[in-house]
Amino acid sequence: MKQLNTKWFFLVLALSALLTLGACGKKATPPPPPPPPAPPAPTASIAVNPNTIQAGQSASLTWQTSNATDVSIDGIGAVQANGSQSVSPTDSMTYHLVAKGAGGSQEATARLTVTQAPPPPPPTANVTDEDLFSQNVKDVYFDYDKADVRGDQQASIQADAQFFSQHSNMNFTVEGHCDERGSTEYNLALGDQRASAVKSALVAAGVSASRIKTISYGKEKPFCTESNEACWQQNRRGHLVYQK
Amino acid sequence: MNSFENMDGILQSDSYRNTILSYLGVLSPRRMDDPARSFLRRQPSKSHLLKIALACLCLFVSSSLFAQDWVKTGTSLGVEKVRLGVPDFKPSTADPQNTALLKTFNDTLWNDLDVSGVVELVSKSFYPLQVPGQPPEVNFMAWSAPPPNAAMLAFGNLGVTNGRLTVQGWLYDVKNIQTPQILGKQYSDAASDAAARVMAHKFADEIIVRLGGGVQGIAETQIYFVSDRTGHKEIWAMDYDGSNQHQITRMGSIALSPRVSPDGSRLAFSALTKSGWDIMMYSLEINRPVNFPHLGGTNLSPAWSSDGTKLAFSSSRSGQPDIYVSDASGGNLQRMTTGKGPDVSPVWNRKTNAQIAFVSGRTGLPQIYTMEADGTNQQRMTDQGYAVSPNWAPNGQFLLFAWIRKYGPGEPGSSDIYLMDVASKQWVQLTHDGGRNDFPSWSPDNRHIVFQSNRSGSLQLWTMLADGTKVQQLTFTGHNSQPNWSWK
Repeated sequence: MKQLNTKWFFLVLALSALLTLGACGKKATPPPPPPPPAPPAPTASIAVNPNTIQAGQSASLTWQTSNATDVSIDGIGAVQANGSQSVSPTDSMTYHLVAKGAGGSQEATARLTVTQAPPPPPPTANVTDEDLFSQNVKDVYFDYDKADVRGDQQASIQADAQFFSQHSNMNFTVEGHCDERGSTEYNLALGDQRASAVKSALVAAGVSASRIKTISYGKEKPFCTESNEACWQQNRRGHLVYQK
Repeated sequence: MNSFENMDGILQSDSYRNTILSYLGVLSPRRMDDPARSFLRRQPSKSHLLKIALACLCLFVSSSLFAQDWVKTGTSLGVEKVRLGVPDFKPSTADPQNTALLKTFNDTLWNDLDVSGVVELVSKSFYPLQVPGQPPEVNFMAWSAPPPNAAMLAFGNLGVTNGRLTVQGWLYDVKNIQTPQILGKQYSDAASDAAARVMAHKFADEIIVRLGGGVQGIAETQIYFVSDRTGHKEIWAMDYDGSNQHQITRMGSIALSPRVSPDGSRLAFSALTKSGWDIMMYSLEINRPVNFPHLGGTNLSPAWSSDGTKLAFSSSRSGQPDIYVSDASGGNLQRMTTGKGPDVSPVWNRKTNAQIAFVSGRTGLPQIYTMEADGTNQQRMTDQGYAVSPNWAPNGQFLLFAWIRKYGPGEPGSSDIYLMDVASKQWVQLTHDGGRNDFPSWSPDNRHIVFQSNRSGSLQLWTMLADGTKVQQLTFTGHNSQPNWSWK
C-alpha cells in the first residue's frame, strides 16, 4: 500500500513540475490572421496575320497579356505587355510568348509559315535584244566643237565593241548630236562628223562597218535643254541606237 | 525720159555703194592686221579699260554716224533723201468696205515707203488740213513750203464698186507746178484685204524705183523661212513686211535651210528623210515636192547660182561634209572641197557666179572662206571667233555673215551680223542689240537684210536696212529661223 502512495506522489510531482516548467518556458501565442488571397494567374495570347507568307514578305505579329510583369517573345526579346510588330522571317517560325507574373506564367504561341518565292523566270525569256542594248551600250561624249573621240571615251568604245562582238546579230545607228550653241547648219555638219568618228572608232575596234548607220541631228534633238555646261556635255555625243 | 531714168539709176546706185563704203571706212577702218588690235593683245592688263573706252566711243560715234549716214556722207552721196509726203488715200465711193481696205492700203503703203530707206517721209503732223485725193485738189504751195517742205507727194483714192476695188495713185513733184506728175497709176481687182495690200506694194515699188535711183523696190518680194509653229520645223513663206505668213512644206520631220530659186519657181531645202538628210526640191508653181536625187550621206544647205542653173551644197557622201556643186537637177555632181573639218553653208557670188563663200571648221572653230567656183584659191576671210552663215550681196561686193568675234570662256559670246567688203576684208558690225543674231539674207535691192534673232526672248525674224537702222520684227508666233529673201 505504501508503494501505491509513493507512485501517486511522484506522478503528482512530475505533473506539477511539468506544469511549472511549461508555464515558465513560453507564453501562449495569439490565433494566426486569415491568409492573403492567391495572386491571379497571367493571361497571354499571340497571333500572326497572315499566318502564311512568301519569303521576303512580312506579317503582323500581335499579342496581348494581362497580369504579367515580364513579357518576352523568343527571338525578339522583352516586349511591352501589349503590342504588335511587323516580322519578315526568311524561314517558317513559331513565335513563343512567355508572360510571367505573380500568379505564375503563361505561354502562347503563333506559327508563321514562310514559303519560298517561286524562282524568277529565266533572264532570257523577257529581256529583248533592245533591252540588252540599252542596258549595256555606252554613248560617246565629245569636247566642244570637236569631232574626235577623246581619250576618256575609249573605254566606252572598247566596251561597246565587246558587246557587239558578243551580239553579232545586232545592227545599230550612231546619232551625232551637238549642244545648243553654234549655228544650225554648222552643227549638223559637226554632228555628221561625230557620228562618223564613233563609227570609225568602233570599226577600228572590230565591229563590222556594215552593221553601223550614221545620222546627224545637229542641235535639233537635244537630250537636255538647259543652258549650262553639264547640259551641253550631255548633248555633245554620239548616241548609239538599236536598229530594229 | 527713159534715158534720163537710166542715168539717174546709175548715179543713185553708185551713191548707195559709196555710202556703204564710206561708213566702212569712217566707222571701222579695221583690217585684219590692224596695229591697234595687236596693241591690245600685247597689253592685256590695260586692254579691258581700253576696250570699254573704245566700245563707248564706238557706240557714240556709230549711233551718230549711222543716223546721219543716209543724209550726210559728204562728197560721195551728194544728195539728201527725198522728202515725200504721203497723205492717207481718200475714199472714192461710199461702199462700207472702204474703211477697212483704206486702212490696210494706207498702212502698207506707208510702211513700204518708210522701210525702203530711199525717201524721208514727212511727218503727218506737218500736213495741211486739206489733203488731196485727186490731182485738182493738190495745193502745191501748202506742200512745198515749210513746215512740210516736201519735194514729192504721193496721193490718191480707193473705192469699192460692186465688189471691185479700184485704186488711183499719183506721185507729184510739188516744186514743179508746170509738169508735176511723175507717176499716175490705177489698179483694179476683186475687193479683198489681200488685194489692197498687193496694190499698196505695187504702188510703193513704182515710187521707190523712181526715187531710189532705178533700183527695183522690194515691196512685192517674199521671205522664205523655217517655222516650228505646227510642231515640226517646216518651210514657210511671207510677204517681205511679215504679212501673209503661210506654210509651204508638210514633211512632218525637220525641214531646214530654204533657198528659193532666182526665178521664184522652186524652193531647195534640206530635210530629214528615212535615209538621212537629203536635198529636197519643191515646186512653188504646182505646190508640191519634185524629184531630186538621193545622194547619200548628210546633205545640207543648198544654194542657187544666180542664173538658176547650179546648186552648191554640203554633202558627207564621201565621208566628210564637203562642198559640192551640181546642176539644178542634181546631176553632174562635183566635189569642190576636201580634207579635214566640216565644210557647209555655201553661197554664190550673185553678181558673177564665179566665186563661192562657205563655212569651214578645218582649223577648229568655223570661219568664212571664199573660193573660185571650180574650188581653187580657197581663202580664209575671218581671222578669229566663230563665223557662220555667209550671204553674198546682190552687188557682189559684200558678204554678210554671223560672227561671235570674241569666243571662249568668260567672253559674252553674242553672235552679231557683220558686213565685209570681200576685196579688202574690211568689216563692220551691223547689229548691236544683244541676243544671238544669225542667218542674214540680203533683199534683192541690196538695201535690206532679214535675219534671225532671239533678242526678244524667242527666236524670231527681223529686218533692217543694210546700215543696221530701221530694225523691225516680222514674226511673233512659234520659233522662226533661217530666212531667205526672194531674188525679185
